[in-house]
Amino acid sequence: MKNTAAQSSLRPPVIAMPSAAKLQRWSIILGSVVAVLMFVNLYNVFVLVPTEKSMGIIQRIFYFHAPPLITSFVAFTVTFVYSILYLAKQRIWHDRIANCAAEVGVLLTTTGLLTGPIWARPVWNTWWSWDPRLTTTLVLWFIYVGYLMLRAYAGEEQRGARFAAVFAIVGFVDVPIVYLANRLWRTLHPQPVVFGGSGSGLEPTMRYAFIFSIVVFVLLFVFFLVMRLRVERTRLEVDQLKREMAFS
Amino acid sequence: MSAMRKLTTLVWKDLLAEFRTKELVSSMLMFALIVVVIFAFTFETGSSATKEAAPGLLWVAFTFASVLGLHRSMLHEVERGSLHGLLLAPLDRGLLFLAKAFGNIVFISIIEIPTFLLAVVFFNLDLSTGWDKIAVIFLLGTIGFASVGTLFSAIAVNTRTREIMLPILLFPVQIPVILSAVNATAAALAGRTWEDLSGWLRILAGFDLVFILVCYVTFEYVLEE
Repeated sequence: MKNTAAQSSLRPPVIAMPSAAKLQRWSIILGSVVAVLMFVNLYNVFVLVPTEKSMGIIQRIFYFHAPPLITSFVAFTVTFVYSILYLAKQRIWHDRIANCAAEVGVLLTTTGLLTGPIWARPVWNTWWSWDPRLTTTLVLWFIYVGYLMLRAYAGEEQRGARFAAVFAIVGFVDVPIVYLANRLWRTLHPQPVVFGGSGSGLEPTMRYAFIFSIVVFVLLFVFFLVMRLRVERTRLEVDQLKREMAFS
Repeated sequence: MSAMRKLTTLVWKDLLAEFRTKELVSSMLMFALIVVVIFAFTFETGSSATKEAAPGLLWVAFTFASVLGLHRSMLHEVERGSLHGLLLAPLDRGLLFLAKAFGNIVFISIIEIPTFLLAVVFFNLDLSTGWDKIAVIFLLGTIGFASVGTLFSAIAVNTRTREIMLPILLFPVQIPVILSAVNATAAALAGRTWEDLSGWLRILAGFDLVFILVCYVTFEYVLEE
Protein backbone atom coordinates (compact mmCIF):
# COMPACT_ATOMS: atom_id res chain seq x y z
CA MET A 1 0.00 0.00 0.00
CA LYS A 2 2.78 2.41 0.96
CA ASN A 3 4.43 1.62 -2.33
CA THR A 4 1.51 2.62 -4.53
CA ALA A 5 1.11 5.87 -2.60
CA ALA A 6 4.72 6.79 -3.28
CA GLN A 7 4.39 5.86 -6.91
CA SER A 8 1.26 7.88 -7.47
CA SER A 9 2.84 10.96 -5.92
CA LEU A 10 5.93 10.56 -8.10
CA ARG A 11 3.87 10.48 -11.23
CA PRO A 12 3.06 13.90 -12.66
CA PRO A 13 -0.46 14.93 -11.59
CA VAL A 14 -3.01 13.31 -13.90
CA ILE A 15 -5.51 16.11 -13.60
CA ALA A 16 -4.85 19.32 -15.47
CA MET A 17 -4.14 21.66 -12.58
CA PRO A 18 -3.98 25.32 -13.43
CA SER A 19 -0.40 26.57 -13.15
CA ALA A 20 0.61 28.84 -10.28
CA ALA A 21 1.30 31.64 -12.75
CA LYS A 22 -2.18 31.36 -14.22
CA LEU A 23 -3.76 31.38 -10.77
CA GLN A 24 -1.72 34.44 -9.86
CA ARG A 25 -2.86 36.25 -13.01
CA TRP A 26 -6.47 35.47 -12.16
CA SER A 27 -6.09 36.54 -8.55
CA ILE A 28 -4.74 39.93 -9.70
CA ILE A 29 -7.61 40.42 -12.16
CA LEU A 30 -10.26 39.30 -9.66
CA GLY A 31 -8.65 41.31 -6.87
CA SER A 32 -8.78 44.55 -8.84
CA VAL A 33 -12.37 43.97 -9.96
CA VAL A 34 -13.50 43.14 -6.41
CA ALA A 35 -11.67 46.19 -5.00
CA VAL A 36 -13.50 48.54 -7.38
CA LEU A 37 -16.88 46.84 -6.95
CA MET A 38 -16.55 46.82 -3.17
CA PHE A 39 -16.22 50.61 -3.20
CA VAL A 40 -19.32 50.87 -5.37
CA ASN A 41 -21.02 48.51 -2.92
CA LEU A 42 -20.10 50.76 0.01
CA TYR A 43 -21.36 53.78 -1.91
CA ASN A 44 -24.65 51.95 -2.54
CA VAL A 45 -25.04 51.02 1.11
CA PHE A 46 -24.11 54.36 2.67
CA VAL A 47 -25.26 56.90 0.07
CA LEU A 48 -27.56 55.46 -2.54
CA VAL A 49 -30.18 53.39 -0.71
CA PRO A 50 -32.94 55.15 1.25
CA THR A 51 -33.06 54.69 5.02
CA GLU A 52 -35.59 52.05 6.03
CA LYS A 53 -38.65 53.56 7.69
CA SER A 54 -39.16 51.49 10.85
CA MET A 55 -35.65 50.18 11.52
CA GLY A 56 -33.68 53.31 10.67
CA ILE A 57 -30.01 53.53 9.83
CA ILE A 58 -29.12 50.12 11.29
CA GLN A 59 -30.98 48.36 8.48
CA ARG A 60 -28.06 49.22 6.18
CA ILE A 61 -26.08 46.38 7.80
CA PHE A 62 -28.45 44.11 5.86
CA TYR A 63 -26.24 44.49 2.76
CA PHE A 64 -23.28 43.09 4.68
CA HIS A 65 -25.28 40.46 6.54
CA ALA A 66 -27.36 38.43 4.07
CA PRO A 67 -24.94 38.47 1.09
CA PRO A 68 -22.02 36.80 2.98
CA LEU A 69 -24.40 34.13 4.28
CA ILE A 70 -25.86 33.47 0.84
CA THR A 71 -22.31 33.28 -0.53
CA SER A 72 -21.31 30.86 2.23
CA PHE A 73 -23.93 28.45 0.88
CA VAL A 74 -22.25 28.74 -2.51
CA ALA A 75 -18.91 27.97 -0.83
CA PHE A 76 -20.22 24.91 1.04
CA THR A 77 -21.90 23.62 -2.11
CA VAL A 78 -18.51 23.84 -3.84
CA THR A 79 -17.00 21.87 -0.92
CA PHE A 80 -19.76 19.25 -1.19
CA VAL A 81 -19.44 18.79 -4.96
CA TYR A 82 -15.63 18.59 -4.90
CA SER A 83 -15.70 16.19 -1.94
CA ILE A 84 -17.81 13.77 -3.97
CA LEU A 85 -15.50 14.26 -6.95
CA TYR A 86 -12.50 13.56 -4.75
CA LEU A 87 -13.95 10.30 -3.43
CA ALA A 88 -14.90 9.25 -6.95
CA LYS A 89 -11.62 10.14 -8.68
CA GLN A 90 -9.03 10.49 -5.87
CA ARG A 91 -7.44 13.59 -7.40
CA ILE A 92 -5.67 15.72 -4.82
CA TRP A 93 -6.58 18.96 -6.60
CA HIS A 94 -10.30 18.31 -6.00
CA ASP A 95 -9.57 17.93 -2.30
CA ARG A 96 -7.71 21.23 -2.32
CA ILE A 97 -10.64 23.05 -3.92
CA ALA A 98 -13.08 21.53 -1.38
CA ASN A 99 -10.83 22.43 1.51
CA CYS A 100 -10.13 26.03 0.43
CA ALA A 101 -13.80 26.69 -0.33
CA ALA A 102 -14.72 25.49 3.19
CA GLU A 103 -12.15 27.88 4.70
CA VAL A 104 -13.64 30.86 2.88
CA GLY A 105 -17.14 29.58 3.69
CA VAL A 106 -16.37 29.58 7.43
CA LEU A 107 -15.06 33.14 7.09
CA LEU A 108 -18.29 34.24 5.36
CA THR A 109 -20.52 32.44 7.89
CA THR A 110 -18.59 34.08 10.72
CA THR A 111 -19.19 37.49 9.09
CA GLY A 112 -22.91 36.76 8.90
CA LEU A 113 -23.05 35.53 12.50
CA LEU A 114 -21.25 38.66 13.71
CA THR A 115 -23.30 41.21 11.75
CA GLY A 116 -26.58 39.46 12.66
CA PRO A 117 -26.64 40.22 16.40
CA ILE A 118 -25.51 43.83 15.76
CA TRP A 119 -28.63 44.25 13.67
CA ALA A 120 -30.89 42.15 15.88
CA ARG A 121 -30.13 43.96 19.14
CA PRO A 122 -31.70 47.36 18.26
CA VAL A 123 -34.42 45.89 16.01
CA TRP A 124 -35.58 42.72 17.81
CA ASN A 125 -34.39 43.95 21.20
CA THR A 126 -32.33 40.78 21.61
CA TRP A 127 -28.93 39.61 20.38
CA TRP A 128 -30.08 36.19 19.40
CA SER A 129 -33.29 34.34 18.62
CA TRP A 130 -33.66 30.61 17.97
CA ASP A 131 -35.18 31.23 14.59
CA PRO A 132 -34.65 28.24 12.21
CA ARG A 133 -32.42 30.26 9.94
CA LEU A 134 -30.23 31.51 12.79
CA THR A 135 -29.95 28.08 14.37
CA THR A 136 -29.16 26.41 11.06
CA THR A 137 -26.43 28.96 10.34
CA LEU A 138 -24.92 28.38 13.76
CA VAL A 139 -24.95 24.60 13.27
CA LEU A 140 -23.44 25.11 9.82
CA TRP A 141 -20.62 27.08 11.41
CA PHE A 142 -19.95 24.30 13.93
CA ILE A 143 -19.97 21.63 11.22
CA TYR A 144 -17.47 23.40 8.99
CA VAL A 145 -15.16 24.49 11.80
CA GLY A 146 -15.19 20.77 12.73
CA TYR A 147 -14.31 20.02 9.12
CA LEU A 148 -11.30 22.33 9.22
CA MET A 149 -10.17 20.87 12.57
CA LEU A 150 -10.48 17.35 11.18
CA ARG A 151 -8.40 18.39 8.19
CA ALA A 152 -5.74 19.80 10.51
CA TYR A 153 -5.54 16.80 12.86
CA ALA A 154 -6.06 13.92 10.43
CA GLY A 155 -2.33 13.44 9.92
CA GLU A 156 -1.37 11.68 6.72
CA GLU A 157 -2.42 13.65 3.69
CA GLN A 158 -4.48 11.29 1.55
CA ARG A 159 -6.24 9.75 4.53
CA GLY A 160 -7.05 13.20 5.86
CA ALA A 161 -8.46 14.18 2.50
CA ARG A 162 -10.72 11.11 2.46
CA PHE A 163 -11.93 11.72 6.03
CA ALA A 164 -12.65 15.36 5.30
CA ALA A 165 -14.54 14.49 2.12
CA VAL A 166 -16.74 11.96 3.94
CA PHE A 167 -17.41 14.44 6.73
CA ALA A 168 -18.23 17.23 4.25
CA ILE A 169 -20.81 15.00 2.54
CA VAL A 170 -22.46 14.01 5.84
CA GLY A 171 -22.43 17.63 7.05
CA PHE A 172 -23.97 19.01 3.87
CA VAL A 173 -26.75 16.39 3.78
CA ASP A 174 -27.47 17.23 7.43
CA VAL A 175 -28.22 20.92 6.85
CA PRO A 176 -31.80 20.60 5.47
CA ILE A 177 -32.69 18.21 8.32
CA VAL A 178 -31.35 20.71 10.86
CA TYR A 179 -33.55 23.35 9.25
CA LEU A 180 -36.66 21.13 9.28
CA ALA A 181 -36.16 20.14 12.93
CA ASN A 182 -35.74 23.76 13.95
CA ARG A 183 -38.78 24.87 12.01
CA LEU A 184 -40.87 22.28 13.79
CA TRP A 185 -39.40 23.37 17.13
CA ARG A 186 -40.23 27.02 16.46
CA THR A 187 -43.77 26.41 15.25
CA LEU A 188 -44.43 24.75 18.60
CA HIS A 189 -43.04 27.78 20.43
CA PRO A 190 -43.92 30.77 18.26
CA GLN A 191 -41.68 33.80 18.61
CA PRO A 192 -43.19 37.25 19.07
CA VAL A 193 -40.64 38.78 16.71
CA VAL A 194 -41.15 37.57 13.18
CA PHE A 195 -38.64 38.49 10.56
CA GLY A 196 -40.71 39.32 7.48
CA GLY A 197 -39.35 37.60 4.41
CA SER A 198 -36.43 39.61 3.05
CA GLY A 199 -36.53 40.19 -0.67
CA SER A 200 -40.31 40.30 -0.53
CA GLY A 201 -41.43 43.77 -1.40
CA LEU A 202 -37.97 45.37 -1.33
CA GLU A 203 -37.86 48.91 -2.63
CA PRO A 204 -36.23 48.92 -6.16
CA THR A 205 -33.01 50.74 -5.12
CA MET A 206 -32.72 48.43 -2.13
CA ARG A 207 -33.20 45.38 -4.31
CA TYR A 208 -30.54 46.62 -6.71
CA ALA A 209 -28.09 47.25 -3.81
CA PHE A 210 -28.89 43.86 -2.32
CA ILE A 211 -28.32 41.93 -5.55
CA PHE A 212 -25.20 44.01 -6.27
CA SER A 213 -23.85 43.12 -2.84
CA ILE A 214 -24.49 39.39 -3.42
CA VAL A 215 -22.56 39.58 -6.71
CA VAL A 216 -19.68 41.39 -4.98
CA PHE A 217 -19.51 38.81 -2.19
CA VAL A 218 -19.61 35.88 -4.63
CA LEU A 219 -16.74 37.50 -6.55
CA LEU A 220 -14.93 38.07 -3.26
CA PHE A 221 -15.35 34.37 -2.50
CA VAL A 222 -13.94 33.40 -5.91
CA PHE A 223 -11.04 35.82 -5.38
CA PHE A 224 -10.18 34.33 -1.96
CA LEU A 225 -10.56 30.83 -3.35
CA VAL A 226 -8.16 31.52 -6.22
CA MET A 227 -5.65 33.12 -3.84
CA ARG A 228 -5.78 30.09 -1.52
CA LEU A 229 -5.52 27.69 -4.45
CA ARG A 230 -2.42 29.51 -5.67
CA VAL A 231 -0.77 28.80 -2.30
CA GLU A 232 -1.84 25.16 -2.48
CA ARG A 233 -0.62 24.85 -6.07
CA THR A 234 2.79 26.19 -5.07
CA ARG A 235 2.87 23.84 -2.09
CA LEU A 236 2.17 20.82 -4.29
CA GLU A 237 4.92 21.95 -6.65
CA VAL A 238 7.43 22.33 -3.81
CA ASP A 239 6.50 18.85 -2.50
CA GLN A 240 7.03 17.44 -5.96
CA LEU A 241 10.45 19.10 -6.30
CA LYS A 242 11.50 17.87 -2.85
CA ARG A 243 10.54 14.33 -3.79
CA GLU A 244 12.39 14.53 -7.08
CA MET A 245 15.50 15.75 -5.29
CA ALA A 246 15.27 13.00 -2.70
CA PHE A 247 15.04 10.30 -5.37
CA SER A 248 17.66 11.72 -7.76
CA MET B 1 -21.85 -17.06 2.77
CA SER B 2 -24.91 -14.96 2.18
CA ALA B 3 -24.81 -11.30 3.17
CA MET B 4 -27.18 -12.03 6.06
CA ARG B 5 -24.93 -14.78 7.42
CA LYS B 6 -21.91 -12.49 7.22
CA LEU B 7 -23.81 -9.75 8.99
CA THR B 8 -24.99 -11.98 11.83
CA THR B 9 -21.47 -13.40 12.24
CA LEU B 10 -20.00 -9.90 12.48
CA VAL B 11 -22.64 -8.75 14.95
CA TRP B 12 -22.21 -11.93 16.99
CA LYS B 13 -18.45 -11.26 17.18
CA ASP B 14 -19.07 -7.82 18.74
CA LEU B 15 -21.75 -9.05 21.13
CA LEU B 16 -19.66 -12.02 22.26
CA ALA B 17 -16.55 -9.88 22.81
CA GLU B 18 -18.62 -7.48 24.87
CA PHE B 19 -20.36 -10.28 26.78
CA ARG B 20 -16.98 -11.65 27.87
CA THR B 21 -15.52 -8.36 29.10
CA LYS B 22 -18.64 -6.27 29.77
CA GLU B 23 -16.23 -3.36 29.53
CA LEU B 24 -18.17 -1.09 27.18
CA VAL B 25 -21.64 -1.43 28.64
CA SER B 26 -20.53 -1.17 32.26
CA SER B 27 -18.41 1.96 31.75
CA MET B 28 -21.07 3.65 29.61
CA LEU B 29 -23.77 2.81 32.13
CA MET B 30 -21.84 4.11 35.13
CA PHE B 31 -21.06 7.31 33.27
CA ALA B 32 -24.71 7.85 32.28
CA LEU B 33 -25.93 7.18 35.83
CA ILE B 34 -23.42 9.65 37.27
CA VAL B 35 -24.53 12.31 34.79
CA VAL B 36 -28.15 11.86 35.91
CA VAL B 37 -27.17 12.08 39.58
CA ILE B 38 -25.11 15.23 39.00
CA PHE B 39 -28.03 16.83 37.18
CA ALA B 40 -30.29 15.88 40.08
CA PHE B 41 -28.10 18.04 42.35
CA THR B 42 -28.55 21.11 40.16
CA PHE B 43 -32.27 21.37 40.90
CA GLU B 44 -34.12 22.01 44.09
CA THR B 45 -35.91 18.84 45.17
CA GLY B 46 -39.52 18.75 44.14
CA SER B 47 -39.38 21.87 41.98
CA SER B 48 -41.25 21.78 38.70
CA ALA B 49 -38.07 22.71 36.83
CA THR B 50 -36.79 19.18 37.46
CA LYS B 51 -39.57 17.60 35.43
CA GLU B 52 -39.22 20.09 32.61
CA ALA B 53 -35.49 19.51 32.35
CA ALA B 54 -35.67 15.71 32.64
CA PRO B 55 -35.99 14.90 28.88
CA GLY B 56 -33.07 17.18 28.07
CA LEU B 57 -30.76 15.82 30.72
CA LEU B 58 -31.66 12.24 29.80
CA TRP B 59 -30.48 12.85 26.26
CA VAL B 60 -27.39 14.66 27.49
CA ALA B 61 -26.57 11.56 29.55
CA PHE B 62 -27.25 9.26 26.56
CA THR B 63 -25.22 11.26 24.06
CA PHE B 64 -22.22 11.75 26.37
CA ALA B 65 -22.17 8.09 27.37
CA SER B 66 -22.62 7.01 23.74
CA VAL B 67 -19.63 9.04 22.59
CA LEU B 68 -17.47 7.17 25.12
CA GLY B 69 -18.83 3.81 23.99
CA LEU B 70 -18.62 4.54 20.26
CA HIS B 71 -15.02 5.58 20.60
CA ARG B 72 -14.02 2.55 22.67
CA SER B 73 -15.80 0.08 20.42
CA MET B 74 -13.84 1.35 17.40
CA LEU B 75 -10.61 1.59 19.40
CA HIS B 76 -10.83 -2.15 20.22
CA GLU B 77 -10.87 -2.92 16.51
CA VAL B 78 -7.88 -0.72 15.78
CA GLU B 79 -5.73 -1.45 18.85
CA ARG B 80 -5.88 -5.21 18.65
CA GLY B 81 -5.50 -5.23 14.89
CA SER B 82 -8.81 -6.95 14.34
CA LEU B 83 -9.79 -4.25 11.85
CA HIS B 84 -6.96 -5.36 9.55
CA GLY B 85 -8.29 -8.90 9.76
CA LEU B 86 -11.78 -7.71 8.89
CA LEU B 87 -10.48 -5.70 5.96
CA LEU B 88 -8.69 -8.76 4.60
CA ALA B 89 -11.83 -10.87 4.86
CA PRO B 90 -13.96 -11.06 1.69
CA LEU B 91 -16.59 -8.69 3.05
CA ASP B 92 -18.41 -5.73 1.67
CA ARG B 93 -17.29 -2.67 3.66
CA GLY B 94 -20.91 -1.57 3.92
CA LEU B 95 -21.67 -4.78 5.81
CA LEU B 96 -18.91 -3.98 8.28
CA PHE B 97 -20.60 -0.65 8.89
CA LEU B 98 -24.04 -2.20 9.41
CA ALA B 99 -22.65 -4.78 11.83
CA LYS B 100 -20.67 -2.25 13.84
CA ALA B 101 -23.62 0.16 13.94
CA PHE B 102 -25.98 -2.60 15.01
CA GLY B 103 -23.67 -3.60 17.87
CA ASN B 104 -23.48 0.02 19.00
CA ILE B 105 -27.26 0.38 18.86
CA VAL B 106 -27.60 -2.68 21.11
CA PHE B 107 -25.03 -1.44 23.64
CA ILE B 108 -26.47 2.08 23.81
CA SER B 109 -30.03 0.73 24.14
CA ILE B 110 -28.94 -1.50 27.03
CA ILE B 111 -27.63 1.46 29.04
CA GLU B 112 -30.63 3.64 28.23
CA ILE B 113 -33.07 1.46 30.16
CA PRO B 114 -31.52 1.66 33.66
CA THR B 115 -30.57 5.31 33.11
CA PHE B 116 -34.16 6.13 32.25
CA LEU B 117 -35.50 4.19 35.23
CA LEU B 118 -33.13 6.06 37.54
CA ALA B 119 -34.39 9.36 36.09
CA VAL B 120 -37.99 8.23 36.63
CA VAL B 121 -37.19 7.64 40.31
CA PHE B 122 -35.11 10.79 40.88
CA PHE B 123 -37.30 13.19 38.94
CA ASN B 124 -40.63 11.60 39.79
CA LEU B 125 -41.68 11.19 36.17
CA ASP B 126 -45.16 9.98 35.31
CA LEU B 127 -45.13 6.92 33.07
CA SER B 128 -48.77 5.87 33.14
CA THR B 129 -49.35 6.60 29.43
CA GLY B 130 -46.06 6.84 27.61
CA TRP B 131 -44.10 3.55 27.73
CA ASP B 132 -44.55 2.57 24.10
CA LYS B 133 -43.89 6.11 22.85
CA ILE B 134 -40.73 6.41 24.92
CA ALA B 135 -39.48 3.08 23.56
CA VAL B 136 -40.02 4.18 19.94
CA ILE B 137 -38.35 7.57 20.51
CA PHE B 138 -35.35 6.02 22.24
CA LEU B 139 -34.91 3.46 19.50
CA LEU B 140 -35.16 5.99 16.63
CA GLY B 141 -32.85 8.43 18.41
CA THR B 142 -30.32 5.71 19.17
CA ILE B 143 -30.29 4.46 15.58
CA GLY B 144 -29.55 7.98 14.32
CA PHE B 145 -26.88 8.55 16.92
CA ALA B 146 -25.17 5.19 16.51
CA SER B 147 -25.14 5.14 12.70
CA VAL B 148 -23.41 8.49 12.21
CA GLY B 149 -21.41 7.84 15.39
CA THR B 150 -20.02 4.57 14.01
CA LEU B 151 -18.86 6.28 10.82
CA PHE B 152 -17.31 9.20 12.71
CA SER B 153 -15.65 7.00 15.32
CA ALA B 154 -13.78 5.25 12.49
CA ILE B 155 -12.60 8.71 11.38
CA ALA B 156 -11.81 10.08 14.84
CA VAL B 157 -9.83 7.03 15.96
CA ASN B 158 -7.36 7.69 13.14
CA THR B 159 -6.76 11.35 13.94
CA ARG B 160 -4.13 12.77 16.26
CA THR B 161 -6.66 14.14 18.76
CA ARG B 162 -8.72 10.89 18.84
CA GLU B 163 -11.40 10.95 21.55
CA ILE B 164 -11.82 14.72 21.60
CA MET B 165 -12.44 14.75 17.84
CA LEU B 166 -15.50 12.49 17.99
CA PRO B 167 -17.88 14.82 19.90
CA ILE B 168 -16.66 17.84 17.93
CA LEU B 169 -17.64 16.10 14.69
CA LEU B 170 -20.67 14.21 15.96
CA PHE B 171 -22.66 16.67 18.09
CA PRO B 172 -23.27 19.39 15.47
CA VAL B 173 -24.45 16.81 12.94
CA GLN B 174 -26.65 15.21 15.63
CA ILE B 175 -28.48 18.42 16.52
CA PRO B 176 -31.69 17.46 14.66
CA VAL B 177 -31.70 14.08 16.43
CA ILE B 178 -31.11 15.56 19.87
CA LEU B 179 -33.65 18.33 19.30
CA SER B 180 -36.34 15.93 18.04
CA ALA B 181 -35.67 13.26 20.66
CA VAL B 182 -35.76 15.73 23.56
CA ASN B 183 -38.98 17.37 22.41
CA ALA B 184 -40.64 14.06 21.61
CA THR B 185 -39.63 12.64 25.01
CA ALA B 186 -41.05 15.71 26.72
CA ALA B 187 -44.31 15.34 24.79
CA ALA B 188 -44.53 11.62 25.60
CA LEU B 189 -43.91 12.24 29.31
CA ALA B 190 -46.58 14.94 29.27
CA GLY B 191 -49.06 12.30 28.07
CA ARG B 192 -49.51 13.58 24.50
CA THR B 193 -50.93 11.43 21.71
CA TRP B 194 -49.11 9.80 18.78
CA GLU B 195 -50.38 12.57 16.49
CA ASP B 196 -48.67 15.21 18.60
CA LEU B 197 -45.42 13.31 18.32
CA SER B 198 -45.66 12.47 14.64
CA GLY B 199 -43.69 15.52 13.43
CA TRP B 200 -40.73 14.67 15.64
CA LEU B 201 -40.89 10.97 14.86
CA ARG B 202 -40.92 11.75 11.15
CA ILE B 203 -37.75 13.83 11.48
CA LEU B 204 -36.05 11.10 13.53
CA ALA B 205 -37.06 8.37 11.07
CA GLY B 206 -36.04 10.53 8.10
CA PHE B 207 -32.66 11.25 9.66
CA ASP B 208 -32.12 7.54 10.36
CA LEU B 209 -32.96 6.49 6.80
CA VAL B 210 -30.89 9.19 5.11
CA PHE B 211 -27.82 8.64 7.25
CA ILE B 212 -27.84 4.84 7.31
CA LEU B 213 -27.70 5.13 3.53
CA VAL B 214 -25.03 7.87 3.45
CA CYS B 215 -22.86 6.09 6.04
CA TYR B 216 -23.28 2.74 4.29
CA VAL B 217 -21.98 4.24 1.05
CA THR B 218 -19.14 6.33 2.52
CA PHE B 219 -17.82 3.86 5.13
CA GLU B 220 -15.50 2.16 2.64
CA TYR B 221 -13.66 5.45 1.99
CA VAL B 222 -12.96 5.79 5.71
CA LEU B 223 -11.46 2.29 5.99
CA GLU B 224 -9.44 2.35 2.76
CA GLU B 225 -5.76 1.96 3.62
